[in-house]
Amino acid sequence: MNLPDMDTNPIISVEALSKVYGNGHRALTDITLNIHTGEILALLGPNGAGKTTLISTICGIVNPSEGSVKVSGYDIEQDYRITRAMIGLVPQELTLPSFDTVWHTVCFSRGLFGKEPDPAYLEQLLRDLSLWEKKDSAIRTLSGGMKRRVLIAKALSHQPLVLFLDEPTAGVDVELRKGMWNLVTGLKKLGVTIILTTHYIEEAEAIADRVGVIHKSELLVIDDKQALKHKLGKRQMTIELEQPIASVPHSLSGWSLELSGEGRQLVYTYDSHSEHTGISGLLDAVNSTGLLLKDVSTSQSSLEDIFISLVGTE
Amino acid sequence: MINTQAAKTIYKYEMLRAWNTIMQSFVSPIISTVLYFVVFGSAIGSRIETVEGVSYGAFIVPGLVMLALLTQSVANASFGIYFPRFTGTIYEVLSAPISFVEILLGYVGAAATKSFIIGMIILATSGFFVDLNISHPFWMLGFLVLTCISFSLLGFIIGLWADNFEKLQLIPMLVITPLVFLGGSFYTIDMLPPAWQTVSLFNPVVYLVSGFRWSFYEVADVGVGISLLMVLLFTAICLAIIWWIFKTGYRLKQ
Ligand SMILES: Nc1ncnc2c1ncn2[C@@H]1O[C@H](COP(=O)(O)OP(=O)(O)O)[C@@H](O)[C@H]1O
Ligand SMILES: [Mg+2]
Repeated sequence: MNLPDMDTNPIISVEALSKVYGNGHRALTDITLNIHTGEILALLGPNGAGKTTLISTICGIVNPSEGSVKVSGYDIEQDYRITRAMIGLVPQELTLPSFDTVWHTVCFSRGLFGKEPDPAYLEQLLRDLSLWEKKDSAIRTLSGGMKRRVLIAKALSHQPLVLFLDEPTAGVDVELRKGMWNLVTGLKKLGVTIILTTHYIEEAEAIADRVGVIHKSELLVIDDKQALKHKLGKRQMTIELEQPIASVPHSLSGWSLELSGEGRQLVYTYDSHSEHTGISGLLDAVNSTGLLLKDVSTSQSSLEDIFISLVGTE
Repeated sequence: MINTQAAKTIYKYEMLRAWNTIMQSFVSPIISTVLYFVVFGSAIGSRIETVEGVSYGAFIVPGLVMLALLTQSVANASFGIYFPRFTGTIYEVLSAPISFVEILLGYVGAAATKSFIIGMIILATSGFFVDLNISHPFWMLGFLVLTCISFSLLGFIIGLWADNFEKLQLIPMLVITPLVFLGGSFYTIDMLPPAWQTVSLFNPVVYLVSGFRWSFYEVADVGVGISLLMVLLFTAICLAIIWWIFKTGYRLKQ
């Protein structure tokens, strides 16, 4: 299903990566993918699919079992000092030093990554994340949404080229989720490459340029969001009738139509990129039955439909 | 190539943490040492008078300092690395562009510094109670520093090995405290029956206390060269274990 990737200069390239945990659990199977500079890539998959393992491996927290990962052409094991300096990680859990203040922990993160102090940059960062007012507050006194933003501030404190966001909106209400999406698209404008994992399809649909679907340790598909819909999605044409009918006329039996809307709609599902969609033939045939048409519309299946068809409903 | 900025950052924040909990970090070990001093020094000292020409009160000072150094080094270093593992914040250290060298310099360096400060304060405090005579100040400082480092390394290992708070307390309680009390802090080895004298020679703390005490009063249970050798050996073993831990990712990386 995976087309050969044409990007000759990816910021991250994962090559035949596998991970088997110490207890024998296989979390990644032969993952190969490229991440393009400046894009937002969404890794979509149900819980336990292996998303966190993939991210953790690239960031150096989990040792790979097989395969390799390169960041800007540098190997994550041999040249870890170079690759890790280019990466910021926002983990899935709200793991923060709860007794520390926001300002301290952000300064710590920057220093830990070997960067000279830069209070002006950190101030701007905290302002952009609406955390400046809270800079002297102990982290334990902050709300969940603020804690998530502190994690983001820590990850961005050393000015990385790539930002990993592991389930940034899990368990977050709709309002905050929209805020997070704005934040992420804002970062993209600054040139940061963003990889986020999610199990919300709307999230991938809303902000991702490309989408990868991980299921049971395997990367099932990775492609441009639109191309994915085009390639895997079905299109439907709905013909609205002036008068309801009791059954599909016999002369239209060649098109496998569904009758719905209390007999007022004929629904035709077709493969959008096959040579012969059969649309014009169908319309001619409908005309010759003498049925009066009220309206004709087409729609495309959503990522959600595609996702469900790939991983099934669980 | 070492990321000095990163090592400095870990060190600084560990020291800051100690400062923020100053009662627990510095004041309580000093109070407990003064209590030992009063109980052992005055109660027993009033009966023993002198040991090999040194007043009993002064005789136990090096042992008391060692007692505090060992327990504080282990406690500080084990907690320092265990805590981020426990809360999960260790992810950041593991994803930083640093090797185990920076992590060691930061965490073990800070733990050793803290116990060094405690040791110096205790030494100064005991100067109020007895006449201290330091014959070999450089050896004294050397033993002090080496002990802080080696037992902070040991604490670091314990903090990596422990996967719950009980285990974190286990080794200090079951191994280190007994070794220290049986390590000649409050007596000389030749006060013991011969069989126990032999057993004592397997206790590494005996060498530490003996060497340290020699630097004060030139009174020793074993030769000072042997003491030094044992401390260096102990340090090397700890370093080797830590190197192995980081190489295999044991308890840090899956
Ligand atoms: N440290 C570990 N040891 C053993 N198995 C693990 C470990 N971490 C994760 N797993 C298992 O690996 C699989 C993938 O986990 P994870 O990468 O966290 O998935 P996701 O982030 O997609 O929910 C899960 O079945 C999980 O139980
Ligand atoms: Mg996960």
